[in-house]
Amino acid sequence: MMEGLKMADTELMVYIHPSKCGNEFNAVCRQLSSLLFQYDETLDGVLLAFDFAVKSKGAKVLAGLNPYFGVKVESKLLLFNPKPNSLVEGKIVKISPESIHVIVLGFSAAVITDVDIREEFKYKLRNGEGCFVSRSHKRHVLKVGTMVRLQVQSFDEEVMHIAGSLLPANTGCVKWLEKQSEEALRSVDFCCTHSLTIMFFVRNLFYFSRDHKRRKIA
Amino acid sequence: MSNREVDRKDDQCLEQKNSLYFVEWIQNNVKSSGIPLKGLSVESIFAGMDKMEFTEDFIVEYQQLPASLPLYLSVGGEAKKATSIIKPCSTDYIKAQERMGASVGLTDPSSYYVVGNSDLPDTETVQGVRNALASVHNGGSDAYDQLVETIQTNNKSDHAVAADLDTLLNALSGAVACIDTDRHRSLLSAIFRMSLYDHKDHIMDALVGLIISLAATSGKYLDSCLHMLVRHFVPPPWVIARLSQSRVSGQKQEVLTRVHKTLLKISLLVPLAPSRLFPMLSQQMPKMNKKDQDKALVIYVENLFKLENSSIGQVGGNMIFMMVMERLRDLDLEIDWDDILQDDSNRGVFDMELEDAMHEGDELPVGSLNQDTSSGKIVFESLDKLMVTSFHHLEACQDAGRLDQAFEKLFESFENFILNTYKSKVSQFLMFYACSLDPESCGVKFGSKLLDIFLSSNKPRPTRMSAVAYLASYLARGKFLPVSYVASMLKRLVDECADYCRICNDDTRPEAHQLFYSGCQAIMYVLCFRMRSILDVPRFRSELIPLESILMHKLNPLMVCLPSVVAEFLKQAKAGGLFVVSDSFIFDDLLESELSRAFGGCERLDTFFPFDPCLLKSSNSLISQNFIYWSTVMNQDDEGEDDAEIIVNGDEESDEEEEEGDLDYALNKMSITPKHSFKNNMERDRLMKMPSMIRPSTSPESL
Repeated sequence: MMEGLKMADTELMVYIHPSKCGNEFNAVCRQLSSLLFQYDETLDGVLLAFDFAVKSKGAKVLAGLNPYFGVKVESKLLLFNPKPNSLVEGKIVKISPESIHVIVLGFSAAVITDVDIREEFKYKLRNGEGCFVSRSHKRHVLKVGTMVRLQVQSFDEEVMHIAGSLLPANTGCVKWLEKQSEEALRSVDFCCTHSLTIMFFVRNLFYFSRDHKRRKIA
Repeated sequence: MSNREVDRKDDQCLEQKNSLYFVEWIQNNVKSSGIPLKGLSVESIFAGMDKMEFTEDFIVEYQQLPASLPLYLSVGGEAKKATSIIKPCSTDYIKAQERMGASVGLTDPSSYYVVGNSDLPDTETVQGVRNALASVHNGGSDAYDQLVETIQTNNKSDHAVAADLDTLLNALSGAVACIDTDRHRSLLSAIFRMSLYDHKDHIMDALVGLIISLAATSGKYLDSCLHMLVRHFVPPPWVIARLSQSRVSGQKQEVLTRVHKTLLKISLLVPLAPSRLFPMLSQQMPKMNKKDQDKALVIYVENLFKLENSSIGQVGGNMIFMMVMERLRDLDLEIDWDDILQDDSNRGVFDMELEDAMHEGDELPVGSLNQDTSSGKIVFESLDKLMVTSFHHLEACQDAGRLDQAFEKLFESFENFILNTYKSKVSQFLMFYACSLDPESCGVKFGSKLLDIFLSSNKPRPTRMSAVAYLASYLARGKFLPVSYVASMLKRLVDECADYCRICNDDTRPEAHQLFYSGCQAIMYVLCFRMRSILDVPRFRSELIPLESILMHKLNPLMVCLPSVVAEFLKQAKAGGLFVVSDSFIFDDLLESELSRAFGGCERLDTFFPFDPCLLKSSNSLISQNFIYWSTVMNQDDEGEDDAEIIVNGDEESDEEEEEGDLDYALNKMSITPKHSFKNNMERDRLMKMPSMIRPSTSPESL
C-alpha cells in the first residue's frame, strides 16, 4: 500500500488579472497549474493533480493599480506528503553496491543507502547487472525495474527527494510481499478449518471415551 | 621457477613502451609466467609481483613515499595496517596493484593484463574513504585532508597521482551518503571546482560517475552538480584559442559528449532535474562584454541545441528556443542597421534591393563605418554564426523527424520576441528557414498562424499590423510556397478587407482604419511579386475580383498606402490586365506620403517589410535558394514600360543610354521606375560608394 497520498476538498480564492475577464476557467487552470509538482506549506503537500469548479458568478475586485478580481473556486486536490516512517512504492532505476535509486510516482527521486538496507539482502552480480537478493528467500530479488516498497526516513521538499529505508520487514519487492501476504491469509484459513476439524475430532474422542466408560459401568 | 628469475628484456621494453601506465616505484612490474592462469588458454604475461616480493617491497617503498599517496588505505598511517589489507589470495595481486595506483594499460592489444573488476571500487577502498570522511567528526582529520589534497592537485604529468585520483573518485562515489554538507565543505568545493577539460578519459569517467552519485543521492548537491556540468558548456580560454588543433577539438568533443550523457543520466535518476537546469542555462549564457566571448557564445548555443534535441528538450525545449531567440534579437538590435543601410527616403523599396544586387562584389570598406568598427564587426559575425548554428539545428530536428514539434516552440518564441520588434533585420529568418525545410507543414502553418493573429480581435493593433506585414513579406518571398497557397491566403485577405469596406464608419482619417490599410498594402505587396503566377490561373484571378471595389472604396487605399508599392502594383495590374485604373495617380517622386506615415504610426509599419534580403553572408547563402529576389521578378516581366496611367516623375531611359559605363547600362536594364536622376554625377558617386552595405552574396546567381 502507498501512504502519503491524500485527497483534499478545498475552497480557494484565485486572483485573476483583468485581461482574463471572460476566460476565467483558463485563467484558474493556469494559476493552479503553476503550483503543480511544488510543495505548498498551506496545502501541506506536493500538488499532483486538481479538479475544480467555479461556484459563484460574482467576484470581488481588489483595489489597487491593477484591479485583479478574486474568483471563488471549490476544488479537489491530490496531495503527496510522505511523512517519516510512512511507506511509499516506486520503481528501481539504478542499483549499486552502496545504494538503490528509486523513482516514486514518476517524479520523486528516492535513495536507499546500504546502511539502510537490512542484513537480509546481499548485493550480487547477475548477468552483468547488480541486484540485491534476500539470503533467506532466494526468490525475493531487487533489481532494476522492480517495484519496491520502502519506508520514508525524510523528505526534501525543495527537490522532492526521499531518503528511504529497507530495514523494516514489511519493505521490499512489492510483488513478493503481496504474494507472501496472500499465502499467509490462505494458510490462516487452512489452519483455521483444520484446527476446527481437529478440535471436533478431539471433542468427539473425549465424549466417546466418556460414553464408553459409562457403558462399562452400566 | 620463481618470478624473480624470470626477467626478460622484452618485458622491460614493454614496461618502457607503456610507461604512462606504470608506476616507477614498483620494480619490474611486468613478468612472464610459463604457467597459464586459470581461465586463460595461452601463456599470459601478467602484471604484478610475487606476493612475498610485493609485500616486502611495498613496506619498504611505502615508508619512503611522499605523503601524497592514498593514506586512506591506512587510517593510522602505519605500514603494518597496510599489509593487513593485502589478503593472501592469488587473485588479489591485481586488486592490490590497483590499490597502489598502477593502473593497467587496457588499450594496448599486445598486453594480456588480467584485470580485476575495475568498474566497481573495492568495498575496502570505499570503507577506507568512509572512515576518512568520518574522521572529521572525530577530530583527527589527517586522512580527510589528504583526500582533499589529492583532488586539488592538478598535476597532469604525475601519473601516480592521476591513477590515485581515478581510484579515489570511484571510491568517493560509493561513499557519497557519508558526505556532510557542513563538515566536508572543502572536499565538496574541491570536487565542484574540477574541470573535465584538464583530465584524461579515465579520470573524466570517474569524476562524472561521482557527480551522478552526488546528484542522485541527495537533493542538496543537485544544484551544484548541474551548475558544474553546465559550466563545461563554455570551454576554458586555452581550448577556445586552440580549437584548430585536432587534439584539442577532440578533447572538447570527449568532454561535451560526457557532459550531455551525464545530464541525461541525472535526469533519469532525478526526474525534476531538468526544471532546475533551465534557469541555470539562461544564467550561465555568455555575455558579449568580454573579448573572445563570441566564440564561447556560439559553442554554448550549440550545446543548448544539443540539449533541445535530447529527451531533456522534450520537457523544456521551448525555454531553450526562447533563450536563443532573445539573444539573436538582442544582437540584431545592437547592430545599427540604419547606419549600414543608410536608409534614405529618396530610395524606393524595390530600388534599394536592386542596388544591393548591383554592388555585389564590393568588400566592406572598414574605414567608412560610422560606428565602432571592431565591436560592430564582432557582433555582426557572431550573429551570422549563431544564425547558421540555428539553421543546422533545424536541419537536425528535421532529420530526427521532429521539426513540427520544434516549429511550434519556435513560433512561440518568435511571437514573444520578434513579432513586435520592428528593428530586427535577420532574426526572423529562422522562421523562414524552418518553413523552407518543410513547406507543406511548417510553411503552411506559419502563414496560417500569422493570418490568425491578424484576424483575432483579442490582440493589440500593432501586433496585428505587424503580423500582416510579416505575412505579406513571407508570401512574397517564399519560393517554396505553392501558388495555390498564396492565392488562398490572398483570398482571405481580400474577403476580410471587402467585409471591412461594407461595415466601416465615415471617419476619413487614416489612423482610424490602420488595419484595413495594412491589409490592403499587404495584398498589393504580394501581388507585386506574384502577379504573373496568380493571374495565369483563372480561378485565382476570379478570386481577386472584389479587389477592384476595395481599391476604389471611399477610404481610398491607393492614396494612403505606401506610394512606391502602389505605383508598382498598378503598373503590374495594368500590364497583367487585372483591371484598369481610370484615375491618374500623381506620385511626384514620393516614395512615402504623409498619409502612409499616418497609417503606419510611429513604428512605421507602412514601410515594414521584414523578409527583405538577409544581409548576413553565411546565413544568406543558406537562404538564397528559397528566396525570391526582386530582380528575378523583374526579369520575368516582359511587358514594356509605358506608364500612361501612372505619372511618375521619371527620367526617360533614353537619356541614360548615352552615358558610358557598364554600371549605367546594368542599371538601365534593371530599374523599374527610374526615380533617381543618374545624370547627376554626385548622386551616382554616392550610390557607388555605398560604404557600409553588405551585399547578399548570391543574388546575381538568381538572375
